[in-house]
This record gives sequence, C-alpha cells and structure tokens, in this order.
Amino acid sequence: MGSTNSTLLKIPNVEVLMRETGFSPAHIIRLHDRFKALDKEGRGYLCPQDFGAIKELAMNPIGDRIIGAFFSPRETVDFHTFVKILAHFRPVDKDRPKEPNSPEPINSRSNKLKFAFQLYDQDKDGKISRDELLKVLRAMLGMQVTEEQLESIADRTIQEADLDRDDAISFEEFRKSLEKVNIDHKMSIRFLR
Amino acid sequence: MESYLFPFDSLICMLLGISFTVWFTLLLVFIIVPAIFGVSFGIRRLYMKSLIKLFEVRALAELQDPARTQPLCSPPQWCFKRLAWATLRMERGAKEKNQHLYKPYSNGIIAKEPASLEQEIQEMRRGGAEPEFDMSDIFYFCRRGVESIVDDEVTKRFTAEELESWNLLTRSNYNFHHISTRLTVLWGVGVLIRYGFLLPLRVTLAFTGVGLLVVLTSIVGLFPNGRMKNYLSDKVHLMCYRICVRALTAIITYHDSENKPKNGGICVANHTSPIDVIILASDGCYAMVGQVHGGLMGVIQRAMVKACPHIWFERSEVKDRHLVAKRLSDHVADTTKLPILIFPEGTCINNTSVMMFKKGSFEIGCTVYPVAIKYDPRFGDAFWNSSKFGMVNYLLHMMSSWAIVCSVWYLPPMSRMEEEDAVQFANRVKAAIARKGGLADLLWDGGLKRGKVKEVFKEEQQKLYSKREPETSADAVRPKTGPFLNLLRL
Repeated sequence: MGSTNSTLLKIPNVEVLMRETGFSPAHIIRLHDRFKALDKEGRGYLCPQDFGAIKELAMNPIGDRIIGAFFSPRETVDFHTFVKILAHFRPVDKDRPKEPNSPEPINSRSNKLKFAFQLYDQDKDGKISRDELLKVLRAMLGMQVTEEQLESIADRTIQEADLDRDDAISFEEFRKSLEKVNIDHKMSIRFLR
Repeated sequence: MESYLFPFDSLICMLLGISFTVWFTLLLVFIIVPAIFGVSFGIRRLYMKSLIKLFEVRALAELQDPARTQPLCSPPQWCFKRLAWATLRMERGAKEKNQHLYKPYSNGIIAKEPASLEQEIQEMRRGGAEPEFDMSDIFYFCRRGVESIVDDEVTKRFTAEELESWNLLTRSNYNFHHISTRLTVLWGVGVLIRYGFLLPLRVTLAFTGVGLLVVLTSIVGLFPNGRMKNYLSDKVHLMCYRICVRALTAIITYHDSENKPKNGGICVANHTSPIDVIILASDGCYAMVGQVHGGLMGVIQRAMVKACPHIWFERSEVKDRHLVAKRLSDHVADTTKLPILIFPEGTCINNTSVMMFKKGSFEIGCTVYPVAIKYDPRFGDAFWNSSKFGMVNYLLHMMSSWAIVCSVWYLPPMSRMEEEDAVQFANRVKAAIARKGGLADLLWDGGLKRGKVKEVFKEEQQKLYSKREPETSADAVRPKTGPFLNLLRL
C-alpha cells in the first residue's frame, strides 16, 4: 500500500534499473510486488527454494535449468538481478534509435539467444556438447522415448548444426541454426501496461 | 471538595446505568430474541442496501485497453472501467495531479499465450526441414517457465482478491493516498463508525454468543439421551450460531433450501475462512469434524460435544487415515446423528476458485450434499490468509469490516456411481460446486500452498511433449499429431 511514487522511491537506483532494462515504472512496481510475494520471509533477496515453491515452474521439464540461469554464478538474487534477468524477455523495441555508443539492450535478439544457450550449456564452456544435448532431451522427453532414440536425435541435431565438425555446438553455430526462427516471438513475454 | 464531586458522581453513575440498560435492552430486542426464533427485522439488509448505494457509481464507458493503443509518446492514459464512486474521485484527483495510477490486479501482469504446445511447435516447424527435435523447442518451455516466475495461477489464489472499486477499507486498496479532502473525511468517518461503534457492538455479541453456547450446551448435556435432548441441542446450537452471525453482521442468502443435508450424509463445501462453519451451522445442524484444540477453542469443543456428538480428533489420530475413515463411517451409519460437515480442500482458498478436493471424505460411500459458498468482496474480504494473519487478527479484521455478505447454495445430493472411483467422484462434486458458485474449477491441490508438486505432474508434461515425436526415428516424415490435452490446462 502507499502511493506509486513512494513505492518507487523505496527501490534503490530505480532510474538506473529502468534505463538498463527498459521497463516502465508500472512494470517495476508490479515486479517488485511479485518479488516480495516470492520472498516469503521478507529477506530482500531470493534463493533457489523460493523459485522452487512456484508450482508451475516445478512442473516444467527444464524448471531447474531456468532456476539455474537466475542463480549461477550468484547464490542469492536481489531485486535488481531479478528484473535484469526478466528483462531478457521483454519484446524487442522496434522503434529504438540505434545509438552507436549505447550498450546492447538486454532484450536484444542476441542476448535472448545467449540466455537460451546457457540453458543448454550447463558447464559454461561455450559449447553444447553431445552429453549436454542428451541431458536436455532427456529432461524434455523423459521416459517416453528410448535411450537409442534420444541418442539418434542428438546425433542428428549435432550433425545439422555443427559446422566446424568439433562434435559440439558453439554459440555461433547455435545462432546460425536458429536464424530463421522468430526469436522475438518465442522468447518474449507480453507485459501488460 | 467532596460535596462538589458528589452530584457529578451520582450523575455519572446514573448516566452509565441508563446507557447500559438501554444498550442491553436494544441488544436483547433486536438481536438476541430474533436469533432465538430465527426471524429477522431486516435491519441488516437495509444497511447493506445503503452501503451499496454508497459504493455504486454511474457507469462510465470503457476506454480501450492502453496496451494496444499506445502511441510512442502520449500523455499518461487511464483505463476507466466501471468504478465505484470513491475510485472515480481518486481517478479525477490523479488526473489533476498528473499521476500514474496503480491499477487493480484483475488482469494479471502478463498476457499469457493461449496457444498450445502443438500450435507453437507447428509454427516453429514451418520454416526449413523437418527434424523431430529442434534446438528452438526449448524456447517454449523456457518462456512458460519464466512466465510462471512472473505470474502463476496458484500463488494468486492464496492472496486476497483485489477489488476493482474501493470499498473505503484501506486494507483492500493499494491506491490510498491523499487525493481529496472529501474522500479522506469520508474514509475517516467510516473508520470511526467501524471501530468506534460497530466493533464494540460486534465483540459484545460475539462474547455473548460464545458464552451462551458453552453454558447452554453444558446444561443440555445433563439431560438423558433421547429426542428431547436432540431437540434442545438443535435449538441451542442454532440460537448461538445466529447470534454469532449477527456479531459479524453477516447477511446470508440461502438458496435451494429443499436440498439441505439430512442425517446420515456428509455435507461438503468450499472453504474460504473459519466463518464458513458459522454460516452453514446457523441454518442447519451439523456434526463438526476437527482437531482437538487447547484453550478457548478446546472449552467450546468440549461443551459442544456434551449436547450432541461431534467428531473431534486427537492430533495423533489425524495421521491415521483408516481411523479417521472408520470414525466418519460409523457416524454416518447412525441415522440419529447429524450430517457431518467437511471442507475437502483442506485449506482456505481466496474464494475465486475451488481447488482439488481430498478424496478421503468421498471414499466413505454415503450421500454427499454439496454446498457452494460465495462471498461478496465489496463489503469485506472474508479470506483468511493464515500465513499472514493469526486467528485473532483475522477476527478483528472481520468484525471491523462493513459487513460480510455471502450466498449459500444447497446443491442436490450426489452419490458415487458404479464406475467412478473416489477421485472422480470428488472432481464431479467439485465441478458442481464451482459451477454453482461461479468460481474457477482448478485441478491444483490446495496443499500446494505449502507442499511440493508431485513427480507425476512432471511426467505428464514429458508425455505430452514426446507424443509429437514419432515412434520410429527412421523416417523424417513428421507424423500427424493426434489431439491431446492443452498443456496449459494441466
């Protein structure tokens, strides 16, 4: 409770946050409310268990990877980090003027792809190895498909995407294999107001 | 000095004496006597109508949703929907001061794609060759996962419903800051009335009601078992619950009373707050089920059980499901005993939806009488958020609201059919209750408020995703995907 302005004032460095992420004040307030709702003990930061408490996320086959994307390399997530990571999912601003010196916005196509890449690349070596691909396939398909089928799917995927024949998919190869996909549509959440 | 004070002394005593007498007479005439006989003067309904007039508004035309008609640079837009007078004033005030208003939550923070997994993947496949798995398939799950981080269906049900229009209670409003003196004055007057007049009145009534319940049921308990005792016990229970109903200024409308639960059955209802018990029990006699408590609750429980058989479990017995089931079955088998009142959700939900019913009470195999309870949130939010407020705090909130207005629908009795198992029966009853009360029928378990999701749900998701994968990996021809569940509804 309290006025719009007073809630914004309670958040430190909120202007920087809005500038970096592109969220409007109304969005920041909503996200702040959501942050507080998830932070049940009111500590001011979130830990993996708080995300684990979201039932729909627990049901998601790659739920724990998504949680991992929030938390590695840190152990707790404060509000700023929370908003910055969620900013990846803002729709791309088509009308933004291209200033040559400004840093790339968090919700650019490239950054969205990087976020998705790290869901695959758990050991952070910059490549998706065959093993890592298998792990994701297993998570998404589970017991429904046999191990041989999983392996053949993995082999085929690597065959198609791996251009330099190192049996792993680098970020560039990942990006290239998805150049026809409308990433903005797939990796964006429509924030209301 | 003393002679100076004497006249004042006796004057004050006299005034106090008179006011007490007047107070108690009014109490007796207008509240206790009608409670005993189950009649009503209609004062509460009159009060409710005048409150409605205060909140109601001239309807304004709905402006378009700003999310769609947003030019690049524009003055702040306000979304006017049907508002209460108070909110209308706030909007005008905000416009004058050129502020952004914080809008009620009713639409959620994000727009979730209604497309199913099947449609999404078909779209993804449209460009290029046809592998069975694509690197971009992960996007769907990723996006849904992040969407649920920002806004999920379950957590929403365990916080109080937000109102579109303000009912002059600060606790249900997020916009309260000084907009106009007139509004603040009105709110202040409201506070005075509620805390200065209504609250003491209600607390007095509550104590009277509870006290009478304890005393009278103990007296009835001294009678020998028989028809007289049952008759008296019914009357006593009804009277005391009716006093409690007036203590909360609860205005209840009962529908379809011909379906009221009968002996030898189980009454199930959706659960929003502990007050549900009082609401149902003031219109019919039930056997309560619950854990034995200590303290005041314990005293009340022990007194009640003297007059007629209720089912109170020790804490240790609660874990033993067979024992619980046996005691319940024994009770319903005895047709002289009252119908059992059970809330199968197991926890308080915020009255916008009905969550999964626990199957225990549906395994007993007797007639089930479903009841739907729907509160009107305009007058005061009855939802008990047990993680936020304790019981006493909650009761204080209830007693300092304007009123509690609710509707109770008695649905026709249902029995378990031959082919159904307990879970299907429970879901059937749940759907009927949700439909009648106008609540959303959710598959989620209310126990998820505190517990973890079962593995079986994750397996369901995997199954659905994999169904679009072909059985043999040899051919690259993509099979025609058959109809399957919308992932989102799970």
